[in-house]
Amino acid sequence: MRTKHLFLAGVAILAAVATTSAVPGGGTVSGKVTYEGTPAKQKPIDMSKEPSCAKQYATPPTTETVVTGPNNALENVVVYISAGAPDEAAPSQAAVFTQKGCRYLPHVLVFQVNQELKVLNEDQTSHNIHPLAKINREWNKSQPPGTPPIVDKYDKMEFIPVKCNVHPWMHGTFAVLKNSHYAISGEDGGFKLPNLPAGKYTVTAYHESYGEQTQEVTLTGSETKNVNFVFKAKPY
Amino acid sequence: MGKLFAVVLVIIALASAYPIATRMYVMPEDISTHGHAIDDQLSDTMKEAGFSFLGAQLVLAFFVFKFAQRKEGAKLTHLPGGAKLVVTVAFIIVGAEVFALGVLGQKAWANVYFTAPRPDALQIQAQAGQFAFYFRYAGVDGKFGAIHPDKIDEGNQNFFGLDPANDIESRDDIVSGELAIPVNREVHLLMHAKDVGHSFYVRELRIQQDFVPGLDLSVHFTATKIGRYEIVCTQLCGLGHYNMKAYLNVMAQDDFEKWMKQKASEL
Amino acid sequence: MEETSAQQAHVHAPPEGFLRKYVFSLDHKVIGKQYYALGLLAVCMGMVLSWLMRFHLVWPTTRIPGLELLSKAGAPGGIITPEYYLSLLTMHGTLMVFFVLTNAPFAAFGNYFLPIQIGAEDMAFPRFNMMSFWTTLVAFLVLILAFVIPDGPPISGWTSYAPLSAVGKDAGPGMGWGMNLWGISIAIFCIGSLLGALNFIATTLDLRAKGMTLMRMPICTWAWFITSCIALLAFAVLLPACILLILDRTAGTSFFIPSGLVISDRLQPHSGGSPLLWQHLFWFFGHPEVYIAILPSMGIVSHILINSMRKPLLSARVIIYSMMSIGFLSWMVWGHHMFVSGMNPFSSLLFSFPTLTITIPATIMTLIWLGSLYGANIRINSASLFALGFISMFVSGGVSGFFLAQPSIDIVLHATYFVVGHFHMVMGVASIFGVFAGTYFWFGKMTGRMMNETLGQLHFWLTFIGTYCIFMPFHYLGLVGNIRRYSAFVNDFTGPLMPLHKFITIAALGTGAAQLIFIFNLIYSRYKGAPAPQNPWEGTTLEWSIPSPPPWNNFGGKHPVIYHDPYQYNVKGSKGDYIMQDSPEPSAD
Repeated sequence: MRTKHLFLAGVAILAAVATTSAVPGGGTVSGKVTYEGTPAKQKPIDMSKEPSCAKQYATPPTTETVVTGPNNALENVVVYISAGAPDEAAPSQAAVFTQKGCRYLPHVLVFQVNQELKVLNEDQTSHNIHPLAKINREWNKSQPPGTPPIVDKYDKMEFIPVKCNVHPWMHGTFAVLKNSHYAISGEDGGFKLPNLPAGKYTVTAYHESYGEQTQEVTLTGSETKNVNFVFKAKPY
Repeated sequence: MGKLFAVVLVIIALASAYPIATRMYVMPEDISTHGHAIDDQLSDTMKEAGFSFLGAQLVLAFFVFKFAQRKEGAKLTHLPGGAKLVVTVAFIIVGAEVFALGVLGQKAWANVYFTAPRPDALQIQAQAGQFAFYFRYAGVDGKFGAIHPDKIDEGNQNFFGLDPANDIESRDDIVSGELAIPVNREVHLLMHAKDVGHSFYVRELRIQQDFVPGLDLSVHFTATKIGRYEIVCTQLCGLGHYNMKAYLNVMAQDDFEKWMKQKASEL
Repeated sequence: MEETSAQQAHVHAPPEGFLRKYVFSLDHKVIGKQYYALGLLAVCMGMVLSWLMRFHLVWPTTRIPGLELLSKAGAPGGIITPEYYLSLLTMHGTLMVFFVLTNAPFAAFGNYFLPIQIGAEDMAFPRFNMMSFWTTLVAFLVLILAFVIPDGPPISGWTSYAPLSAVGKDAGPGMGWGMNLWGISIAIFCIGSLLGALNFIATTLDLRAKGMTLMRMPICTWAWFITSCIALLAFAVLLPACILLILDRTAGTSFFIPSGLVISDRLQPHSGGSPLLWQHLFWFFGHPEVYIAILPSMGIVSHILINSMRKPLLSARVIIYSMMSIGFLSWMVWGHHMFVSGMNPFSSLLFSFPTLTITIPATIMTLIWLGSLYGANIRINSASLFALGFISMFVSGGVSGFFLAQPSIDIVLHATYFVVGHFHMVMGVASIFGVFAGTYFWFGKMTGRMMNETLGQLHFWLTFIGTYCIFMPFHYLGLVGNIRRYSAFVNDFTGPLMPLHKFITIAALGTGAAQLIFIFNLIYSRYKGAPAPQNPWEGTTLEWSIPSPPPWNNFGGKHPVIYHDPYQYNVKGSKGDYIMQDSPEPSAD
């Protein structure tokens, strides 16, 4: 599951790199996202209302609102250049959001403004996809099993919580960004924004439960600048 | 053509009654302590309705058979007794039926709604929201934590809007997607709607009660048979209405306690 | 003398020009036909919607070609989504209840025949009459608009229960502008119906011809009169209810929305309202509405039955008094829709009792119809077959009322297909049978050409058998606990019920197709039918005393004088076994 999730994110990043203003051999911003304090315990998800999904798991999967790794690493943080880089045209490849086993894969999907979004339902049950957009146009559609993918795009930058009303535990995030300089922190909390031309940048880290942090960074050549983010975690 | 009408009508009437008379389509066996009264009431009503249905259709068929397209100039007669007889018969037969069903039959309703739950009934809070049920048990302290709608966070499994950071009573509350109950013990279900109207319906329990937003209602029942039964929503609540369901899990007392322990350990 | 001056006061000049004659006409006959056409259009749409629903229920993954053109979002790849199913369901119910069952038996036939049957030249307020129709048409167009807006039609059912209907787009697709359009449409419809009802009442009370005492009015005139009294009160409740709903949706009020509701993760900015208030207001209208749909058909059927039997009913008075008591009791029973909705359980008993009591007048009427058949010489034709079919349907739909009137049984049958079967039979099919009977009976009078009898009888047999095949099994499904308003049957116990569902769907498609015979008959007979004589059925009432079709002022400027009760059949008259109402020949009364 995890590998697929990373794979999809990777595909999205590679796709983005291929079509952007990135300068090979430019500077790199990399670092680590961690937390301090006690994060909320991730609870097992009770899927008893949907036996076709529940039976796919030997032990119930847990919630993903705060996913942590060893050494206080914080996963699923979207790190991106929020200022300093020009807006970019959307890559031609679609960002794919899959519903499988009554969960969202990936839990956080990053894609660009006007990039095609494709929502798939691989379950035997009907889902509804309800991205709770505030800036973009909001929609709410059912996707019965076996129906074609829902295809859409967003024309403004926004972090959009996504939910399924039929299975209330299903929550995810669409991160719609203006350029291709973004990464999602991995299991070790690490991220890397390569190929940045020289310049002054604002780096923003976004976490669905803990909010946003920003740091300024200036790149002069092909050096690698280290930027770390620390989020405060609360048990409840 | 009048004779054809009569024949077709007789066939329709008998064919309509056949699946009822042979009990081809019936409710599943009742597993509640109050349900037999409802079942009896249903079967009494079925007899009276069936009698009225067949009686009226067959009389209609017979009269049309006998009195349609007679020869020109046939002498027309009136029903002996006329309107007076008809009105009297209607008043007596239907009046008796209305009395029997309406007045004497209210016991079945009273069994469900006019009795208070026993003081030792197991209190469980049921919450209906688009499009799932969640059930909350008070935990070891025996108290339900307060509900704060603004704290609802479904991605984090906080379906009720509990505030464990500030409200100690809510920390041990057990929340479950299935309604686990012990067999032969009265359950007092406190009903709370999160968003729009929903309903709680378990066919085997012979219980149906709407969830009304802003109105905290309750029902109480005792399940007498161990097993898994479907809880369905019967009040149109939106696009996922048809898929709004949960399971009622009636367990032996021991199993129920084990289940509660297991759930408490997950907190 | 007073009557004459009242009649002269409102006489208007003969219409001139195409627009005045056929479009913005003041003539009650044209308006009646306009209502009929609107009802026909609405019933065709409603029926197609029901086909789509039935098809989807049993073949959920089969593409419906072309459906994507109607709604790309609602039927991606030709497969209906759950929300679009609910949209279809909402529109089906709304179209059928308001634009078919209220329009066709009441507004259409009532408009055409009420003034004629009481010997008037037109309605009391012809301009109001024209306005009623055009208002209703606007309501229809506003409703239909919901199909083409991006949001799609609403999904909250024809009952539009709050807060689902009141909170706006968070409640689901179609609950944004689609729902607004529904509320606006129904509010406009209420205005049209109120104007119409007022007009009917004024006409009946003021414009009766000389000698036309109230008790000499034909039974269907009585039915329309009683119905308009009910409609005047009922729509006067629904109109403000719709306005409150629209205010909740658009102006931030909270009539129907309590505090603390979290819908799709959003805390709703409302507090202090009551969802039950909507249910009370809606059903306070809604139950009388059932009688608005069925009473006119009862009247039409009685009227046709008497003519076909060639003898009067055992007692016309008893029928009229029964209709009045049904109309009266209809105001005390609305709570039986709400037995399990959280109303005080004691009030359930209070509502149950009058509900069961309604069975008494209903049974009296049925027994009067049945008892009157005894010793008759029934003429069998399309009209009388549908009238007899009405009695059968009314009984079948009526007996299931025994169950639903009892709160204890309602616990298990509420919101199941049993309810759907019940109201479709008694309010839908029975009422439509009245409309069919009326159409076959009066078509000649309305158009000057007779309908084709062979096609009519074929239509009857297919419809009679077909509707039983559709709606009887609904009761069986309900007895097992099959829930209504589900777009797919995902419950464990519904699997074994699917063959029955398939049977219903096939019956529905077949019976629906049989209606094409009727439509063909209407169109064919309108242009190619045999010319209609003035009195083809040897009737006694005033509509048969004037040419087919009647002149613009009905009686050609003459003022009929009434000498008899409406149904002088089985008596020796100069024309045969009957005496016309306006014939001075002496009779038994």
